[in-house]
Amino acid sequence: MCLAIPGKVLEAYDSRGMRMAKVQFGGITREACLEYVPETLVGDYVLVHVGFAISRVDEAEAERTYQALRELDQLTELETPVVEEIEPGGYRQ
Amino acid sequence: MKYLDEYRNGPIAAKIVDEIRRVQTRPWVLMEVCGGQTHSIVKHGLDHLLPEGIELVHGPGCPVCVTPLEMIDKAHAIAKKPGVIFCSFGDMLRVPGSDGDLFTIKSQGGDVRVVYSPLDCLKIARSNPDKQVVFFAIGFETTAPANAMLAWRAREEGAKNVSLLVSHVLVPPAMAAILASPENRVQGFLGPGHVCAVMGYSEYEPLSARFKVPIVITGFEPLDILQGTLMTVRQLEEGRAVVENEYSRILNRDGNPTAQKLVASVFDIGDRKWRGIGTIAQSGYRLRREFAEHDAERIFNVDDIDTKEPEACISGQILRGIKKPHDCAAFGTICTPQRPLGATMVSAEGACAAYYTYGRHLEQHRAQLGAAQLVSVESLVGAA
Repeated sequence: MCLAIPGKVLEAYDSRGMRMAKVQFGGITREACLEYVPETLVGDYVLVHVGFAISRVDEAEAERTYQALRELDQLTELETPVVEEIEPGGYRQ
Repeated sequence: MKYLDEYRNGPIAAKIVDEIRRVQTRPWVLMEVCGGQTHSIVKHGLDHLLPEGIELVHGPGCPVCVTPLEMIDKAHAIAKKPGVIFCSFGDMLRVPGSDGDLFTIKSQGGDVRVVYSPLDCLKIARSNPDKQVVFFAIGFETTAPANAMLAWRAREEGAKNVSLLVSHVLVPPAMAAILASPENRVQGFLGPGHVCAVMGYSEYEPLSARFKVPIVITGFEPLDILQGTLMTVRQLEEGRAVVENEYSRILNRDGNPTAQKLVASVFDIGDRKWRGIGTIAQSGYRLRREFAEHDAERIFNVDDIDTKEPEACISGQILRGIKKPHDCAAFGTICTPQRPLGATMVSAEGACAAYYTYGRHLEQHRAQLGAAQLVSVESLVGAA
């Protein structure tokens, strides 16, 4: 879990005041936070670590890094179940 | 797959190895800091590809491995409490504490959940306002921006049922501790690429100057590691000791200043204990006082922890580059990824797990085997 995984930004949006995105990693799409790379646009490639984009990369580098991570079996974190919000009642205040 | 095929065909790799051989006049010991690099080296057998006398020793850069037993035990104590939803990255669930692991607690009815992103904890907290959601915030600098954002958002959103059990560590103080040790063998470092994508590498410059060691910030792909090794050996042979960046296609000297700024607003730096190594001064992040309401150590009274580390485990010496996994009697015998004694056997980035996964526990037995038996061992290694 010390490596970041490159993916393609499919969609960017605001969620509760945070810049978020749908990012595609091979066949898996996950939500990632773009707050640390605010200049990112849809179609860009970003390095994502535990749900946070930490830098932008070009497409060739993204492809190569992704394959190298797959070789090392370092993509399993992407298979962590997605947390759905059930009956968003709000926090304990 | 082009790049990897090129590596397998070997011409570029062979060229770099030839160049290392050409410049090398004496033996050198290098340490790769990052666990991702360790995994790549063992998987691709890069250490066997290098010329004789260039030794790679494996560093402490596996976040799961260095999280101290006290913190694992505190995590377990909190996860067992009623009304708690304990959230963690998946890697931490199998790390043995003094008494079992998080899986054991889950199987005994504890609400332990694996999350992909720390922000998942906010969703879980909104869905469970009557529960206390605790996140096990571990990691190196790469993970700090993500974990810092959870604390920041929890405070901003007034989420009183969200807290963090923070056990965050920093790479440069660990390198300094390794270099300052009388047992140290390391003469040059392959620095951690993705850590520096966040932090940049200016903070490695004083370290390199103080200990007169070359530090080459390096990626984790096979050619990166060979190229980083060449750059380090070249410096050593030329009597230079500076910070160089092999991974310039990913990072620069400054890193990600936006991320660094939020990390600095949430965390300050304090002493941290490292599993198997001990306390290193100013080597980790703690939540700043302003975030005390979200500090799980403060909220839950878990100070009196009596820890028990298995005596057979030598992971501390492995994490400091003093020993290799097969120097350990327990390695591959009583300690396996299925039944790990120490954390270095748990994570894919741990040296022991990498050695085991790629069949290196079998190598030590080869010397004792006859030729006929060796064939079957080879086939086992192939199957591993």
